[in-house]
Amino acid sequence: MGETPHRSADAGTGGTRVTQSHEWPAGASARVAEAPVSTRSPGGVGLGGGGALPRSRKFGAERAFHGLTLAAGTAVLVIIAAIAIFLIAKAVPALRANTENFWSYEGWSPNETEPKFGIGTLAFGTVLSAALALLMAVPVALGIALYLSHYAPRRLGTALGFLVDLLAAVPSVVFGLWGRDIFVNPVRDFSVWLNEYFGWIPIFGGDGPFGKSIMLGALVLAIMVLPIITSLSREVFLQTPTANEEAALALGATRWEMLRTAVLPYGRPGIIAAVMLGLGRALGETIALAMTLGITFGISFNLIQNGGNTIAANIANAFGEANETGRGALIASGLVLFTITLIVNITARAIIYRRREFTESAA
Amino acid sequence: MTTTVTSHRTRPPAEPATLRARRLPWYAAPALAVAALALSAVIVYGTDIGGPVLVVALGAVLYLTGLFAAANAVEGRRSARNRTWSALIHSAFVLAVLPLVSVVWTLVSKGAERLDVNFFQTSMNNIGARDANGGAYHAILGTLEQVGIATLITVPLGILCAIYIVEYGRGKFAFAIRFFVDVMTGIPSIVSGLFVLAFWVLVVSPWFNDGRPSFSGFAAALALSVLMLPTIVRSTEEMLRLVPPPLREGAYALGVPKWKTILRVVLPTALPGIVTGVMLAIARAAGETAPVLLVAGGGAAINVNPFENNQSSLSLFVYQQAGDASKYAPARAWTAALTLVALVLILTIAAKLLARRNRLSR
Repeated sequence: MGETPHRSADAGTGGTRVTQSHEWPAGASARVAEAPVSTRSPGGVGLGGGGALPRSRKFGAERAFHGLTLAAGTAVLVIIAAIAIFLIAKAVPALRANTENFWSYEGWSPNETEPKFGIGTLAFGTVLSAALALLMAVPVALGIALYLSHYAPRRLGTALGFLVDLLAAVPSVVFGLWGRDIFVNPVRDFSVWLNEYFGWIPIFGGDGPFGKSIMLGALVLAIMVLPIITSLSREVFLQTPTANEEAALALGATRWEMLRTAVLPYGRPGIIAAVMLGLGRALGETIALAMTLGITFGISFNLIQNGGNTIAANIANAFGEANETGRGALIASGLVLFTITLIVNITARAIIYRRREFTESAA
Repeated sequence: MTTTVTSHRTRPPAEPATLRARRLPWYAAPALAVAALALSAVIVYGTDIGGPVLVVALGAVLYLTGLFAAANAVEGRRSARNRTWSALIHSAFVLAVLPLVSVVWTLVSKGAERLDVNFFQTSMNNIGARDANGGAYHAILGTLEQVGIATLITVPLGILCAIYIVEYGRGKFAFAIRFFVDVMTGIPSIVSGLFVLAFWVLVVSPWFNDGRPSFSGFAAALALSVLMLPTIVRSTEEMLRLVPPPLREGAYALGVPKWKTILRVVLPTALPGIVTGVMLAIARAAGETAPVLLVAGGGAAINVNPFENNQSSLSLFVYQQAGDASKYAPARAWTAALTLVALVLILTIAAKLLARRNRLSR
């Protein structure tokens, strides 16, 4: 009996060590590998008289390979810095040439002899369409994710989850084409109906024409970000500890109460991160919006009249006839977009990094 | 416990004591649904405010309210909430399936119109607005070349970067790289296009081209590389972390240097997973339109050389044909879209199936 606790304590520490080496396999093994190699003096302090062990060479294959991987790793930081530097370098001359205020002017005519352009309307349209899209997509996406993880039979859930992942891969130009050619008709009918019965609300007012509106763009965008948010939050929901769910059920909770008390709180950081990533995608979406919005300049909350524009869609549409200042102006607007998405993404990632277990598996 | 006791006390003794709570009969939900639809049809057509879509929408609202009321009366508030939320979650699923089915159906039905041999053998060179033929050969060629070059650039770079993060990186620097790889995943494609425009097309390409900036397929490949790199790094990194430590330790015990262990033991073990990640990245890059539009320019003729002059790509072809005034253009756009989706989905499905056969699973 005297030995038993001692052994179990030993087993316990052994278990911890193994788990650690699973989490940071490189760290654990690297120490094992480097210890004998780094003993410089052949006959001296080295382990087991390391005279027979290879010495570490200054310019060996190991150093070269290490340097190569280090260079590749640094390349990522260099690319991000280069994006910022080159965009700024090309944007500044155009911003200098701008005869109006870049932040407040409503319009985009940088190709004139007196270039005038302002980011205000575009940034407004970008934020409005992305926010609307998320407003529509998030509840539906969370519903689908809950359905796939907790309501559907396991096999069906896996199969449909696979299908959702496939949909996330469909190129945006296809959604744009579908939105412009097919989806515009029901949306136009719906807009006319809204205008007829709810025209007294300013966002549904106006005299038309309807169809290629912020609403169409936001709906198409919502359909596009839906698979992304669904597949990320489904993974989070599936990771809820079974013990928590069963404890809730054992206390007599209904299924919805179980979801609300065990699954949703557990998944909250994951949901927030998924929504932020969806927001990042919605803000940067180009082609689908360039094809579905009715490109106008002006700040308006009207959702159903032809109009609306975003930074990215404007770049795609105006690039063809841009001269040098025009290109610089578009690059300046791209810089604003880059900054916005960078902030959104860094926030999302910071939230994810607070929960490492989510990071290890998702995204 | 207490609730059972109190309910026994309040219940008249004549009624047989039952442990089961009272429940709505099985036919209650479908009956409610039919009733809600009928009521909403009467309201909508009676006041003439809309069509069948409104009937369904109003019916759904009525059904949810009715279900809540009925369950509340018979089963109690908690159960009523449970039923309503369950119905909402199911309807979210149906709501999302509708547009996606519509996308797939349109794609197949409209795309089949021009799905002939001619489409895959000709370019748009000398095809006027009145010509019904013309095809996407040049665009398919462009997509393959651009994505191929981008893969050649990103695969070595991405794998080396992931090796650094997993095997060598320590402390804040490795963490910073990891963090910015994640941030890079979210860079909009148009920004990467603008970056290559500002960097390669406007600054570097004039050196090779008598001082004039030049569009090229290679520039598009660079822009796609910026988009593919983070995806490949992330998936490779995840796979490298899954390689069991005893494999490495066995190699070290045999005296194999670390770099050789990584190249000969770790990478081959993680290879299927890495290939999956690469294929997913390729699928994503093949569908990108915006960067190609900005730096490759598009073109109607076949251009085999990716380093000189305009090149098109399949997704750009879809965009340009969609904006074309010719009455034959939409059919070409849809067929090209179908081809593109088929290409992307085949890659994605193959990648997922490969991932399923991967022995290094979580």
